[in-house]
This record gives sequence, C-alpha cells and structure tokens, in this order.
Amino acid sequence: MLIDFLFELRRRKLPVSTHEWMALMEAMALGLHESSLDGFYHLCRTLCVKDIALYDAYDEAFLAYFKDVHTDALQLTKDLQDWLSNPKAMEGLTQEQRDALKSLDLEKLRELFEQRLREQKERHDGGNRWIGTGGTSPFGSGGMNPTGMRVGGGGGRSAMAVADERRFKEYRRDVVLDVRQIDVALRGLRKLGREGAQEELDLDETVDETCRNAGELEIVFRPPRRNRVKVLLLMDVGGSMDPHSELMSRLFTAASRAGRFAKFRSYYFHNCVYNSVYEDALFRKGVTTADLIATSDRDEKLVMVGDALMHPAELLDPGGSMYLSTQTRASGVEWLRRLAHHFRSAAWLNPEPDRYWAGTTIEVIASVLPMYALTLDGLAQAVRYLVRGGEKPKVGDPSRWMKAMAR
Amino acid sequence: MAKMFSDETFDQFQGTKTYIASEELKHAVNVAVALARPLLVRGEPGTGKTLLAENLAAALELPLIRWHVKSTTKAKDGLYVYDTVQRLHDSRFGGDVGDIAKYIKLGPLGEALASPTRVVLLIDEIDKADIEFPNDLLLELDAMRFRIDETGKEISAKERPVVVITSNNEKELPDAFLRRCVFHYIQFPDRELMAEIVRVHHPDITDRVLDNALEMFFSLRSTPKLRKKPSTSELIDWICALKKAGVDLSKVGHGIPFLGTLLKTEADVELVGKRAKA
Repeated sequence: MLIDFLFELRRRKLPVSTHEWMALMEAMALGLHESSLDGFYHLCRTLCVKDIALYDAYDEAFLAYFKDVHTDALQLTKDLQDWLSNPKAMEGLTQEQRDALKSLDLEKLRELFEQRLREQKERHDGGNRWIGTGGTSPFGSGGMNPTGMRVGGGGGRSAMAVADERRFKEYRRDVVLDVRQIDVALRGLRKLGREGAQEELDLDETVDETCRNAGELEIVFRPPRRNRVKVLLLMDVGGSMDPHSELMSRLFTAASRAGRFAKFRSYYFHNCVYNSVYEDALFRKGVTTADLIATSDRDEKLVMVGDALMHPAELLDPGGSMYLSTQTRASGVEWLRRLAHHFRSAAWLNPEPDRYWAGTTIEVIASVLPMYALTLDGLAQAVRYLVRGGEKPKVGDPSRWMKAMAR
Repeated sequence: MAKMFSDETFDQFQGTKTYIASEELKHAVNVAVALARPLLVRGEPGTGKTLLAENLAAALELPLIRWHVKSTTKAKDGLYVYDTVQRLHDSRFGGDVGDIAKYIKLGPLGEALASPTRVVLLIDEIDKADIEFPNDLLLELDAMRFRIDETGKEISAKERPVVVITSNNEKELPDAFLRRCVFHYIQFPDRELMAEIVRVHHPDITDRVLDNALEMFFSLRSTPKLRKKPSTSELIDWICALKKAGVDLSKVGHGIPFLGTLLKTEADVELVGKRAKA
C-alpha cells in the first residue's frame, strides 16, 4: 500500500531513491515509526527527504496521501462553523474584504461554505473560489494566518496538523534568495587554475628535487589555485525593474564580493542594451556597446539581468530606445545578438516568474540569450550552463503572438 | 541488522541534563542509531548542532572523536596522514626510516574506525570543504573500513561508530552522500522550548526575568531585514551578562542592554537603534 506513497512523493519531484525506501522499510520492520502516523511522518521525512527546500513538497504529498485517514469530517465542519461565527478570525481581513463578506449573510455563507467544502478536492492557495489561504475567496481569505485555521487536521500536534501548517514553505527552492544563497550558487561559477606569485609549498616537487639533490633539502614553491572565471554583469535598472531592486542589489552584493572572480565588471542599461551601457545607475557615464565588445575577452562570462519586458517596438525596431540620444540604426535585439555572438558563454537572469513569460518580449530575448528565472534553481542552472555549456533552456516561440500582433 | 540491536531499546537518546532536544530531533537521532547510518544535521548557526554530538556521546556513554572540517580539508586527511616531511627529515639526520607505519598518523575518521570500542564521531561543518569532499567519504562511511596504501594494512570497524555530521547549508551536498544519511533539520526553538533551554543553563532565573528576556529576544529576532539573527547561544550569553551586571530588564525601558552580545554586525545594531527610536 505504501508503494503508492513513494510514487506520490516522486510525482512531486522528491528524489526518493529505492535505497532510501528500503531503509524506510527496514526501519518500519524495526518498529521505529512507533506504529503511528505521527511517527511515520517523521521517520519517512528523516530518511527520504534530505533537503529543507523539499520539506514543503513532502508536507503537501503527505497531506494529499493521508488526507482521508485522519480527517474527522463532522469535527471539521464544526470547527469551520465556529470559525465563521467567531468575529475575531476576521481581524486579519482588509476593510474591503470585510465589506465583501458583509454582502453575504452568515447563513448563506455557511451554506456556501459547506457546499464548496464538499466540492473541493484538495488544498488550495490563491484564487477566489476555493477554501484556502492567500486568495480572495470569502473563505479563509488572505490576511488570515494560514496556521489559524487548520483545515484538514485535528487538534494538538498530530502529523496532519504539522504537515498542514506547512512551516517549511519559506524554504522552498523556487522562492527566496538572500545574499548568502546567491553566494552559494555563484560558488559553482569557477574554474581553478594556478596563476600569480609562487607562495605555496609544492610538497611532491620538493621531495623529488631533494632526492635529485642527493638528500639536500631543495624547496619548491608554486602559485596557489585561484578562480580564473571572468564575469561581465549587465543590469537593467529603472522602470519595470523597480520592484526587483532589492533582489538585484542582493545579486550584485554577492557577485561583487572581493576575490570571487579573476575579473568582474558591471554596467547598467535600461530596458534593453542599445548602443551604450552605463557605469552608473543614473546613466551619466556611458560606454558604447561596440567599445565594450571590443575590450572584452571572448571567454568572459556575460550575465545579463533584467525583466526583458518592454513594448515589442522597443526591442525590434531600429532606434527603439525611448531616449533620443541613444537612437541608432541597430535595434535592441540586434545589439543582444552581437553580444551573444561575441561571448562564448552568456546567460540572462530574469526576476519575472517564468509562468508570465509566454507571449511577451521575454520569449524574443530568450531565443537570443539562454534565459533563466532568478530563483535559486534558475541561478544554479544558469551557473551550470555558463561553466559547462550544454542545452539551452526551451522557451515558447515568439512568432505565434508576433504574427497575431502584426495583423 | 535487526538482530544487532534487538537487545537494546530504541529510545536511547532522550537529551541530557544540559541539552534539551525537541521530540523530532530525539526521534531522528534514535533512528540513526538504530539503523547505524550517519545522522546529518542542518540548521541555523547556533541551534546546537555540534553540541548534539557531545551530548549524544554523553548520553550513550561513549567516547567522542571530533573532526572539524576546514576549507582545505581533504577526505584522506580524515583517514590517515603519511608524514613524508618527517620521514625525509629523519633520513637526513640518520634516523631509522625503514618502518613506514611509524610515519602514518590516523586522522579522526581513521581513529574512529580503528577504535576497539564503539565511539561517537562528529564530522563538523562538512560543507566547509570542497564540493567533492562528501563523495570521497562514501565508501568509508558505508563499509566502515579503509586501507592504508603505504603499508597495505586494512582497518575495519569492529563496532560501527555513531556518526553525526553537521552542515551549515553553505554548499549543496551530493545526492549519493545524502542517500546514505538520516537527515534532520534543527528548527529554531519556539518560545516554550527556549524557556526550557534557558532554564537548563540558568537554573536560578526567575519567571519574570525569563519572560522579559525572551520577549525582548524574540521581538529582536522578528526585526525585519536583520543580517544575522541572534541565536540560542547568544541569548544564553546575554542573560549571563545581564545577571553579572545585575540589570533589571523590566526597568530599562526601550533600549536593549548589552546589545553587542546579541547583534554582531554594525548594520544590525544601527537598524535596531533606528527602530527603537521610531
């Protein structure tokens, strides 16, 4: 019966191996789960889930699989009704939402609630219909503490309740990025080589040379290993990038940390790269893009960061820049092509969530430069691509919607 | 394997007098001990990852061997080091260098495996070393034996040591390594557990002082944008400082005395100062 749970876990992209599953079976044969669901929850997590970022997915899988084992439907309905008739629980709602709630009278609300509860098959977050957290449905609406109402759990600290709290949500790989995490991800961006002053004792050579010298000590030094990766960072600032400025500054802090790369340069642009990029975010000190290309080694890693969102004309039309002074005959996308052509490895990091990429200029740019979401996963993939090369990520074909637009 | 432990009880580790462990942690430790697999512990700095090994050793009444991993540590260093320089030195000055075994020094892992009795081995901050480091330990941790190439001697553990590995999440650990471990993430203690922990270290503390201190501590931790949140060990030091100076927290008003024991970066001190004034 539990084999289904294994597949439920794997379906949710938890990399549980046979090895680990066998260990779980062995542990259960030893009775380590203490014959309880709570015990099993902890035992299985401790043996099969080795990453805090996956705890939330595990909680979800556990909830989905063991949902029917535990839930006392009657008790649940009572809890929900208590909750609804308790005005305190509404404190977290905004005035707007409270008004929206007032427009339904309580009886009707309860009826609706029960009806939806019957229809609802699983946990739901966001949206405006189902009972869940973080949405605008009248039931369990946003602003409420998600742990306040344990839909699907009993009291106390049963495994279901623990799983349902989803305390590990903030550790999910696809959300948070602080300086340290970026730092860790960027550590992969390295190519070690011996260069510079000879200041490290080379033991093997010393032994060899000493032997050759008939036992007279002959000490040999060598340069220490250093990272040889050179990075050129181009960042989009202003306009639609303003909401992402905090994230950008974290990325910059981590990337510019002293001694990380053999060479590190950064420039700013707005919207898209045209004939100039700038040394400062106020666009005062310009460097022509042609010069930048001419003075850059081909083996520098080009990292572009931006939302890649603009009006298609700004990207595709020659002289599409909104600043008159920067107008030239080459279009933005043409400049991007020149950059992509010059640098052997280049990647674009995009702070926009990838579910919003379809049907925008992001798809056009992604067809020129490999595009990754600026999440922990995306960053790791980008680093891997920059170091090892390999397949570019697949994106939608922009010709679909561009044709429609031309019509 | 079931036979091996049939004469022992499962709940071997219940914390110690000076170490309060959450239920989840105790469970994870006991699973690791029962399955004889390494226990990998992760968590915020200052949540007592390293102390766990010390207290586990004390609770099981086994000797503890520590291996503090550094950025330059190689996996082989943990098994043994062949001291070529010493041998070279001895050869120059006419010592007897015929016996290579004399120049083989066992590392912490080697010592743990060579030990005639069961020991607790702590591999501290495994993520400090190179990315490939954990992979180089796979065979040794799995089979619990190794070979000294220079002498051809094979050392295998008579009793599998209890291995506790800590990590600060600095690097991703390889999957093959993770597969062989029992994993536990130490959550930051909630207020109740924290009160219990403080009481262990300061048994004479009164409820009122403890309440005030915890109130200040948790509100400080919840300050948004802190670069380094104060941890358990810092709270304990802070209370110690308060006691020594005889400061009464209920009378100090807004500022936090001895802020330097809790916050360790200038930016954080400034941030908290600004918020207190606002």
